[in-house]
Amino acid sequence: MKHVFDKLFESRVWRSIFRHGLPTSNRTRAEAVFYNFFLHVHPTKVRKRSIRYTYTWGLGGLSVGLFIVLTVTGALLMLYYRPSVQQAYWDMKDLQFVVSSGQFLRNMHRWAAHAMVAVVFLHMLRVFYTSSYRPPKEFNWVIGVFLLVITVLLSYTGYLLPWDQLSFWGISVGTNMVRAMPCGFGEKISFLLLGGNIVGENALIRFYVLHCFIIPVVAMVLMGIHFWRVRKDGGV
Amino acid sequence: MNGEKNFQMEQSSDAKKVPKRVAFIKGRTVARVKKEDEEMVMTVPNLVVKEVIAFEMMIVVLTIISLVFNAPLEWIANPEHTPNPAKAPWYFLGLQELLHYFPPVVAGVILPTLAVIALIVIPYFRINLKREGLWKEDRKQTLVVLIATVGSVSVVLIFFEVYAMLVPTLVMTAFVLAPYFSKKEHGIVGWLGLRPLSWWIMTWFVINVVVLTAIGTLFRGPEWTWTWPWQEIY
Ligand code: HEM
Repeated sequence: MKHVFDKLFESRVWRSIFRHGLPTSNRTRAEAVFYNFFLHVHPTKVRKRSIRYTYTWGLGGLSVGLFIVLTVTGALLMLYYRPSVQQAYWDMKDLQFVVSSGQFLRNMHRWAAHAMVAVVFLHMLRVFYTSSYRPPKEFNWVIGVFLLVITVLLSYTGYLLPWDQLSFWGISVGTNMVRAMPCGFGEKISFLLLGGNIVGENALIRFYVLHCFIIPVVAMVLMGIHFWRVRKDGGV
Repeated sequence: MNGEKNFQMEQSSDAKKVPKRVAFIKGRTVARVKKEDEEMVMTVPNLVVKEVIAFEMMIVVLTIISLVFNAPLEWIANPEHTPNPAKAPWYFLGLQELLHYFPPVVAGVILPTLAVIALIVIPYFRINLKREGLWKEDRKQTLVVLIATVGSVSVVLIFFEVYAMLVPTLVMTAFVLAPYFSKKEHGIVGWLGLRPLSWWIMTWFVINVVVLTAIGTLFRGPEWTWTWPWQEIY
């Protein structure tokens, strides 16, 4: 059996996909990192101190993990959800009572979204209390603050989509806060956001596009920069 | 020259083996000189295994939670029927709680904007990079500034009757002051004495965020009056 696998790992097809052998020596372990698209966010070697669970609490990594879970469950939810006042709520009901595992899918997306807001906030606290915003990492901290805001907005735009009392009034309360901005800005911004003066059909479609496309793309770009800078500044 | 090397390159992250280098550290960077040979480990498997474990534990926990608790779904949205109270999602309830005390411009616009700006500028203040104990410099002057600041904040909070922020502020001030009166170098007081200004401000901020969010989420009922979590409101 071992022989078969050895043959496989040596085969040309395997080698065309993974350009290195099994990570059995330090050389192949290093190759496993820098020949791999996904792993090459990492350096080949890391400080032992900086990968302790009790230093980062894994919070940055968990934020990424939650984002992945949300992307996967979110894409599946999109298959069943239509962003219109006529249908949105009944699509949620269908998810609960008709679609197999629909309720589970919804739960997973919902709880992961709440968790992400909390975890990203905690990650910020970890970075603060370990003074990890020191030069040269100042600007990565700033990107982080934007990521926190983006995370909250991502969660908030999703909150309207079920179109139940909770979401409708939650969004109404929030956009009323925006209205409080001085010099007529509030009115303008809230009009732009809702596509009108009330939370209705236009607001739903706008929040849908923001939630499923615009904000996730912005988040991914910011995360890309964030990780790249973590790496360049000598982190994991 | 038959292409064969008669030497081997030595690669090592061990500072003891490779020639030492001299580094000039400009005053601008507040670098702590690190221990000479920080122990390095290979990313594969050390880090990657940890990441996989963390990710899988997260999936397990999320799955269990999703099996046990259902996401809420109330009646279909009805613009004619305002629930009392109408609440934003939990992460905005701290702000909504502030809305109860301050005018909307202050609670909905000025305070959150200030908070975000304050977070952004943290790394650009020298004092936040040095992070020396609050009482390290001129103790008398620090005391005067502290009392003046806490005093004026308290006046504002009393004026708007924001006791939910006043109480944590005053309790915390007691902790800030402890190292001033007790000169103990060890134990809790000694530890508090080493906390820098930014630590106190951030901790104050976090405590207020948590308290306000908790009140807004758990203790507010119809007309935003104080309601215990076990009192049915809907
Ligand atoms: C979507 C949100 C975010 C994601 C996915 C994310 C991800 C990460 C990851 C994976 C790391 C590597 C180390 C670790 O796990 O702690 C990291 C480090 C860092 N993060 Fe974030 N982060 C996010 C938000 C934030 C926020 C809100 C801040 C601060 C305001 C921040 C500031 C930093 C800084 C300064 C580092 C470098 C820390 C060090 O070198 O020790 N990040 N982030």
